[in-house]
Order: sequence, then structure tokens, then C-alpha cells
Amino acid sequence: MNNSLWAEILVLGVVLTNFRLLASSRLFGLIDTMQIQAIALCAIPIALAPSASALSFRLVMLALITLAVKGWILPRLLKHAVQKTNIQREIEPFVGYDFSIMVGIILLGVCFLISYRFGTDANLSSHFLLPSALFSLLIGLMIIISRRKALTQVIGYLTMENGVYLFGAALAIKEPLLVEMGVLLDVFVAVFIMGITIYQINSEFDHIDTDRLSELKD
Amino acid sequence: MNPLFHILSWFSALILSPLLVGVINRTKAFYGGRKGQPLLQAYYDLFKLLHKGAVYSQTTSWIFRAAPIISLSVALTALLLIPVMGYRSVLSFRGDIIFLAYILGLMRFVIVLAALDTGSAFEGMGASREMQLSLLAEPIFLTCLAVLAAGTGQLDLSGMIKSLWSTSTSQTNAAVLLITGALIIVLLTENARIPVDDPTTHLELTMIHEVMILDYGGIDLAFIEYASALKLWTFSALLIGIAFPFRAGSPHIDLIIGIGGIFLIAVMIGIIESTMARLRLLRLPQMMIAAAALSLTAFIWVIK
Amino acid sequence: MMINILLLSVAILTLGGISGALLKNSGRQGTFWGMAVCITGTVLSIIPAINILWTGRTISHQLAWSIPFGSFFIAVDPLSALFIIIISFVCAICAAFGVGYLKDYEGHKNMGVTWCFYNLLFASMLLVVMARNGVLFIMAWEGMSLSSFFLVMFEHEKQEVRQAGWTYMIAAHFGAGCLIALFVLLAGSDINLDFDRMAWPSSPFTAGVLFILALLGFGAKAGFIPLHVWLPEAHPAAPSHVSAVMSGVMIKTGIYGLLRVIPMLGPPELWWGYTLLIIGATSGILGVLFALPQHDLKRLLAYHSIENIGIICLGLGLWLIGTVTQHPFIAVLGLTGGLLHVCNHSIFKSLLFLGAGIVKHATHTLDIDRLGGLQKLMPKTALLFLVGAISICGIPPFNGFVSEFLIYLGGYNFISDTAASGHVIAAGIIVIISLALIGGLAATCFTKVFGIIFLGAPRSENAAKANEASPGMWFPMAILAFFCVAIGVSAPFCIRLVLPAVRSLHHLPAADLNAGFLPLLSPITLVSGVLFGFIIAVTLIRRRLISRQTVETGLTWDCGYVAPDARMQYTASSFAQPVIDMFRHILRTQRHFQMEEIDFPRQARFSTHTFDLFRNCLFEPLFRLSDTVAVWLHRLQQGRNQLYILYIALTVLVLLVLTGR
Repeated sequence: MNNSLWAEILVLGVVLTNFRLLASSRLFGLIDTMQIQAIALCAIPIALAPSASALSFRLVMLALITLAVKGWILPRLLKHAVQKTNIQREIEPFVGYDFSIMVGIILLGVCFLISYRFGTDANLSSHFLLPSALFSLLIGLMIIISRRKALTQVIGYLTMENGVYLFGAALAIKEPLLVEMGVLLDVFVAVFIMGITIYQINSEFDHIDTDRLSELKD
Repeated sequence: MNPLFHILSWFSALILSPLLVGVINRTKAFYGGRKGQPLLQAYYDLFKLLHKGAVYSQTTSWIFRAAPIISLSVALTALLLIPVMGYRSVLSFRGDIIFLAYILGLMRFVIVLAALDTGSAFEGMGASREMQLSLLAEPIFLTCLAVLAAGTGQLDLSGMIKSLWSTSTSQTNAAVLLITGALIIVLLTENARIPVDDPTTHLELTMIHEVMILDYGGIDLAFIEYASALKLWTFSALLIGIAFPFRAGSPHIDLIIGIGGIFLIAVMIGIIESTMARLRLLRLPQMMIAAAALSLTAFIWVIK
Repeated sequence: MMINILLLSVAILTLGGISGALLKNSGRQGTFWGMAVCITGTVLSIIPAINILWTGRTISHQLAWSIPFGSFFIAVDPLSALFIIIISFVCAICAAFGVGYLKDYEGHKNMGVTWCFYNLLFASMLLVVMARNGVLFIMAWEGMSLSSFFLVMFEHEKQEVRQAGWTYMIAAHFGAGCLIALFVLLAGSDINLDFDRMAWPSSPFTAGVLFILALLGFGAKAGFIPLHVWLPEAHPAAPSHVSAVMSGVMIKTGIYGLLRVIPMLGPPELWWGYTLLIIGATSGILGVLFALPQHDLKRLLAYHSIENIGIICLGLGLWLIGTVTQHPFIAVLGLTGGLLHVCNHSIFKSLLFLGAGIVKHATHTLDIDRLGGLQKLMPKTALLFLVGAISICGIPPFNGFVSEFLIYLGGYNFISDTAASGHVIAAGIIVIISLALIGGLAATCFTKVFGIIFLGAPRSENAAKANEASPGMWFPMAILAFFCVAIGVSAPFCIRLVLPAVRSLHHLPAADLNAGFLPLLSPITLVSGVLFGFIIAVTLIRRRLISRQTVETGLTWDCGYVAPDARMQYTASSFAQPVIDMFRHILRTQRHFQMEEIDFPRQARFSTHTFDLFRNCLFEPLFRLSDTVAVWLHRLQQGRNQLYILYIALTVLVLLVLTGR
């Protein structure tokens, strides 16, 4: 088993966790899946390094920080929110779970098709990173569109952010840290605010269905 | 290779396949903290059944009597098409994968007809569920094989499995890991194992495969049980050939490792059966959709 | 010489058919006269066709005639010859069956007229595959549609039969309209409609438009979804042997037309192949899906024809894609698979329709849920029907498997070709997944059909009183069943009958083709032989073992219940229910359930009905719209002469203004 196989497996792990996100109705399950995805995500830059000597201190630190934020702090925050609001599962999504998976498969095919258009550019570190990044973005979007609960939507945002992270790895940007830290900070703040909002909405209205917010349109 | 050696793998399957059932049961017993039945219990059962007469329902016709014969013959033929790791199958040709899938379809077809032949509502129920699940399993199975065809550039099962892991790219290998997952689900479905079906329960309403053969006894039941064991061997050999990431190079060593691997899969089935509960019937299509997602992801992955 | 014999056959069928209709007393005599004409026509057409197929040459005959747009031009190449053989064979078998089947109707139906239309249908189908002139082709095509229309209207006193007939008529004329446009556009400025005088279209765009027209025109006959709506109406309405001919061979003339016209459109383009592939996948999957919830056996079989046309289209799609992308081997696999499936389907589908005819004849019902246990009462019919059922599911060692195997191989070859581009691989996986799904659904459907109709105990009095059919009825089926098995086990030999036709469409040396298919198909024969060997061996072992034991009969085990009866059996509806439920969003099966709202209700009623999605959601709104438009246009018609003259004057004026420049 060589390094490139590990990288493939890790990226595949991200793709599969995306499918799991589409198929799961339990909020705790969703958060756990996010956690697994984050761990796989952090290991990808390390697995992509051509040899052990190529691993810089900065790369390892980036992986560790990402792991800490995405793999530990954010899931804890989300779980806290779930416990606070006392809502365990997404009851009636706009799009059913089976249908979501089928759409997901089609999206995956489309992502690969789109990335063929880019061709095998020299600065792409691997042929499957770009479509997988695109896939994470689309799945994140799809979760945001098709689910009712605010918490699930937060998870959608996080999936999108993971897609951006993969883009960084795919395009081998020289300073991924800067880009990544900026985005991470945004998401962190966003999740924080949403956590508070969810809590507030819940205590005001006894539910966190976002579609009821449309009643506020007037 | 000496032609006599050539059918060695076939004979080993004929002799050893009932032992698979024993290994599964012992694994389950170990997990349950029991001593469990003897390893050779399946052999004793078959021997006893072969020495019993038959009771046929008045409603049945010759189809009911022919089904065990045809299903055993199909299982024997299917075994000829299956390679064990690098050990070539007895009959291998371009497209044997398709033949394998469809000949197993013949086996299912006759067993389902036999179930309907009894006129019992329970058996009809089992037959209906069997067709529903196999209809989902078959496209997944053929997609998995398409992944192998795309990854190895071969169209015969022996060639595919031989060149897997030894000459294939890491891209292919990653996809093969995915279809291993899908094939495990197909194996559990086709062989009526938990979480799809429960081979041990005797509550007719919840069973699928067992309820279809409720009216069989004696020699016919022995034939069907033996055919099921052979079918389990067929799928396990296929699975281990795909999933086991090393090749010894020498076909004979491959055969020995492969047979060891088949029993490893029996242990795995035992562990799955001990740790999982049977899924609700309505949940089964969802599991098959998950398997379909796995196999299609693998397919998208493997093409360039 | 050969062509003269073929023309003679067409003439005998036409004249003999018409003279049969003129017979005074047209009971038994009409039947025998019609039958004799049909058999003569078959003998006269099948011998030259076999000769042409064997030698692989093309013969043609051109005569001047008084009709404009070219000459009376007919030709027979191996492709036509293959279709002539199929048409003649199936027509003769079904005619032999019809003699017994129509006996019930003698006395209150005019047999001479029925047989007249039957023979005219036969003759016009022969003429369709021989015609090489647009006008002649359309005439034969119309003759085919009209004669089959009158055959569908056989029991015209029934309201639903009349409705089915009109649906068929509209669909047929929609198709014919497209074909007329196609031929006129193909001829271009030249007004000669002889096929050999037609030049390739000037631009790819024109060629594309012509391809679409051909798809619509021939697809309406072949039953491509969504143009299939007439099939599930017309097939159940017609007498069984006529349904067998219509479903077995008549809809295949649509496939023939496509095969004839596509080479005339110039070099094919990739999107043609994909269009055919997508049509094949949707027709195949939706066809079998809609077959599943049907209660009427013949309607179910009609939906299966759509499915099989889909499988053929998958093969043709592979052919075009393989040709364009320079994969000649895959192209030939697809084309051969498609053509062989044309033959196979015509055999097993007519077998199944004849079986349905016997069931109708014996029990006077085709409602699957009212039948049951016929295996014991009519064992020969049941066995023959079983052969057809296994064949149509594509299960080895019967013939349906061979053609599906070739198409599968085409798909897998696309995938395993490492140099192939992504979209070609997509074509491969579409073929594989749709064939696998179709196979599974078809197996579900036919275990239901055979299991509920022939196995178990009779569910109604009619079914319990059924008798075995007369030899005149089951023997034609036996011939068809023999070919199902023969093609299945001797595939490497039988494929040689199709290969000359393949060569006339895809130019390859004969030796290469034969040499290429032998290693592909001989393993099937070998493994089938091994399977038969095992079956014989296991049977002998079982016989030996059981001879020492006691064999008793008892009741079916029903969890200790000792008085099981026929009404407790699983029904066809319940058998199909899990699958129907999985696809409920497409099928939209309606359920009607009635039960008294008391503690111990004495009776309850439950029924399901599955409407055709395309009929209800596409064509009905369309026709309602056209109805509205027509009512609105009705205002123009005031009944005053002055007004009409005004219309004429206005039209002339407008035309003058438009053309004046």
C-alpha cells in the first residue's frame, strides 16, 4: 500500500461521508459523520506529500489545527446545541433520503464530468481531488436547500467549507494556511451565531424549522 | 496445468462448503457465550435428510419436485465459473460474469415458482420479497463487475481477479475497496443472511428464503440446503478474490490462501450476524440504495 | 427467379385473402381457405428468403408503373430476407393456431373476412420489407396498419375494443405522417422516391431532422415510449393469434424501417446513438415496470413488448455509438444482439400470446387473479408457457439470454476498453444497469404470471373447469418453444443466420465475423451442456435415493392450519406489491378499498388500477387541448355560403400578396 492509495482512500472517505450526510436523519449521526469527514480531510494533505521528508512543520500544524477546530470544537458546539434544543432528528425533509442519494450519485458523475473539462492541469495534485471538492460543495448546498432544521443547515455550511478546504488541497495553493484560516474563521463565527440563533428561536417558538421563518416575511 | 488439478478448487468447494455454515454458527455461538453446535453439524443434517422420505402437498406439481434438482445443478455449474484468487476457474470465458449472474437468476426463478406452487400465502410472501430484493441486488452486482472490468481491462472473472492488486493502479484499488462494501451487502442479500433475512428464525412472517422452502423435507430439503451452501461458497470466493490485497503468484498457494479467506468471510458473516439486528423490511431498499451508491461511486472513481 | 417467387407469394396472399372474403358461406370453409392461402404464401416466401440469406447476395427488381415518384422497385438483401423469414414463420404458426382459436367464433363472425385481413397483413408486411420506393413503402405500410386495425376490431361490438382500435388508428397515422415527411425530405428536389436514387442529406442538421422523423415514424409502430400508448390497448383487444403476429413481428417492422433508413442518412452521428440508447433504456425499464401491476395477461404481455423493443434499441444504440467512435467490434456486437433479439422476441412473444390465447379459450378470462392451478389441468400448455416465460426473462439456457448476452458484452467491452473516452463508458454502464434492472423486473413479472396462473390452486370456478387445449392449438406453441431452446443451446450455429443481415449493414468480411462470434458464443453452449448434464445426474441420484423411501402426499403447511383453501393463496397483486410500492412515484397505482366500519365486517373490497402514465399525463391533456382549439375554430363555420366564399377570396388574396414578390 503506497501513499497514493491512502490519499485515494481518504478522499473516498470524504465522498462517502457526504453520502452518509444525505442519508442520515439523526442529528447526532450527522455530527459524528462530520467529525469523521474532518479527520479524513486533515489527513489528506499529509497523505498527498510525496515523501516523509516533504512534510513541513507548517503542513502538519495546519492539519492539527484543522483537526482541532473541525474534528473537536465544532462538533462539540453542535452537539451542545442539539442537547439544548432537544431535537434529535430531521423529521420531514423537503427531499427524501433515498431520492437525495440518487441525486447525489448523479451529482458525483456531473462533478467528474466538469473536472474533465479542466483537463489534467499541471498544478492539480491529483485527478480526483477537484471533483471531490466540487462534490462536497454541491452536497453542502443540497443539504442547505433540502432540509428543514437550522442545525442540519449548519452542517450543510460546514460541508461546503470542507469542499473549499479540498479545493485548496487540489489546487496546491502555496499558502493554503492563509486562505484556510480566513474561511475557517468565517465559518466559526457563522456557526457560533447560528448556534445562538437556533437556541433563541427554539426558546421562542419551541421548534427550529426554518421554513416557519417564512412567516416573518411581512 | 494438469486438468485433474484444474477442478481441484471445484472439488474442495463440494467437500468444504457445508463447513462454512458450521463456522458461521460457531462464531455466533462464541459471541453469544455458548459452546455451539459441532462444526460438522451441517454434514450430519444433510446425511440425515438424505435418508428420509418426502411428503408433498396435494397442490404441488412437478415444478415443486424439479426445483431442488435444478437449483442444485445451477449451484454446481456456478461453482465451475468461480475462480479462487489466482486459481483459474474451470470454465472461464469472456462474459462469464454475465452468465454467472443470470444462471443464479435461474436458481431463484425455480425456487420462487416452487414456493408459489404450494399455494401457501406464507411462501408466496417469501417469494415476493425474494424477487424484490434480488431485483435490487442484480444491478448492483453487475455494476461491481463493471468496475472490475474497467479497472483491469478484462472480461473474464479469472483474468480480472488475477490481475487485481498485482498490476492494477491505486485508483482501481481504491474503487475495489468500495465495491467490496457493496458486494458484502449483495452477499448477505443473496444468501439470506442477517441483516437482510434471518436464517434461524422460525417465524414464517419475518423470513424470506427460509419461508419459501417451508414445504420441503427429506432429500429435496437436503438438495436445497446443499445448493445454498454452495452458493454461499461461490459468493465468498468471489468476495475474497476481490478484497484480498495480496497475490502469491503461484496458483496452488493462492488456492490455499483463498480457501482460508473463504472461511474468514464465514467468520465475518458470523460477526455481522451477532452484532447486527435484522432490519425492518421497509428499510431494506434503503440499504440496497446505499450499496448502489457505493458501487456507482466506485464506477465513477475507476474511469478516467 | 427468387424475387418472382416472392412476388408470387405476395400476390397469392392478397388475392387469396380477398377471394376468401367473398366466399358465400364463410364458416369452416373460410377458415380453411384462409389457412391454406397463408401456408402457401409462407412456403413461397420462406424458401427464397433462406436462399438469399444463405448466399448473402442481394436481388432486385424494378418495373415502371403509372404511379408518380419513381418506379415499382423491390429488392431483397439479407436484412430483408431475415425479416421475411421471421414474418413468414410467425404468421404461419399463428395461422395454424388461429384455426383452433377461432372455432368459438364460427357462426356469429365472418371468418372469411377475418382471414382476408390476416393474409393482407401478412402480404403487406412482406411488401414493407421488400419495398425500395418511398411510395410503395408507404402504401405497404398503410396496408399493414389498416389490415391490423380491422383485425383489432374483430370484436367490434365491445366498446373498449372500438376505443382501442381508434387509439391504434391515430398512432399509426401519426407515424405514417412522419414517414411521408421523411421520404419527401429525403428525396429533396428530385421527385424520384426510389431508395437507391436518394442522396445523403446535404448538412448534418438536415440529417438530424430526418433521423428524428424516422424515430417518430417508426417508433410509433415499434412502440417507443412515449409513442407506445396504442400497444397496451390494441394487443388485448385483438384475437390472441393476431396479437401474437402484431407483437411478435408487426412492431418489428418499425425496427426494420430504422435499420433501412439510418444508412440512407449519411454517416451517423454520436447523438443518434445516444438518443437510441436513452430511448432503449426508458422504453425497456418503463415498459416492464408498467407490465408489473397489470391484471390482464395480454395487456401485461403488451407492455413486455415495449420492454423488448427497448432492449433491441439498446443494441442499436451500441451499434451507432460503436460505429462513430471507431469500435467496430462493439458496433457489431450491438447490432447482432439487437437483430438476434428481434428474432428471439418474435418467437417467445408469439409463444406467450398463443399461451394467453389458450388460457382465454379454456377459462374465458384473462384476469390473472382469477386463475390458478392450470398446470394440473393443462400440463402441456403450462410447460410451453414456462419455456416462453424463462426465455423472455433472458435466463440461460434459453434464447433470450443469448441476445441479451451479446448486448451486455458490447456494454462491458466499452467499459473495459482503457482507451475509451468517458462518455462512451457512460454508454456502457447505461446498457448494463438498464439490462440488469430489466432482467430483474422481468423475472419478477414472469414468476408472478406463471406462478399465479399455472401453479397453486384454481382461484375461480372458470379456472377449475379448464381443459387441455387441442393438439391443433398446443402444437404450434411446441414448435415455437423448440426454437426457444434450440437457439439458446446452439447459439454459435444459429448466429450464422443473423450474421449475413449484420453484414449488409456493417461491412465486414464474413470469415472475420464467424471467427469472432464462435469463441464468444461457444462457451454458452458448453456451460448449458454442463448444466443439463448436472440436471440429469442429480435427477438420477434423487431417483435412486427416493426409491428406498416412502413418498406421501399431504396438505400444504400453513402454520398448523388444516383447511387451507384457494382464496387464502397469495395473489398476483400482493406478489407484485413490494416492487410496485418501491416505484410508486412512477406507477401511481390507484387503490380502492371498501370495508364496513364495524367491528366484524362481513365483507371488504380491494382493487388496484395502474393507468398508463403517458396516456394520462401527456396525451390526454394534449388531445383535450386540441379539442378546445377545434371547438374554438368551429366559430369559423357559420353555414353561410357567402362567408365561405369570403374565406376563399381572402386566402387567394393572401397567397397573391405572399408570392407576388
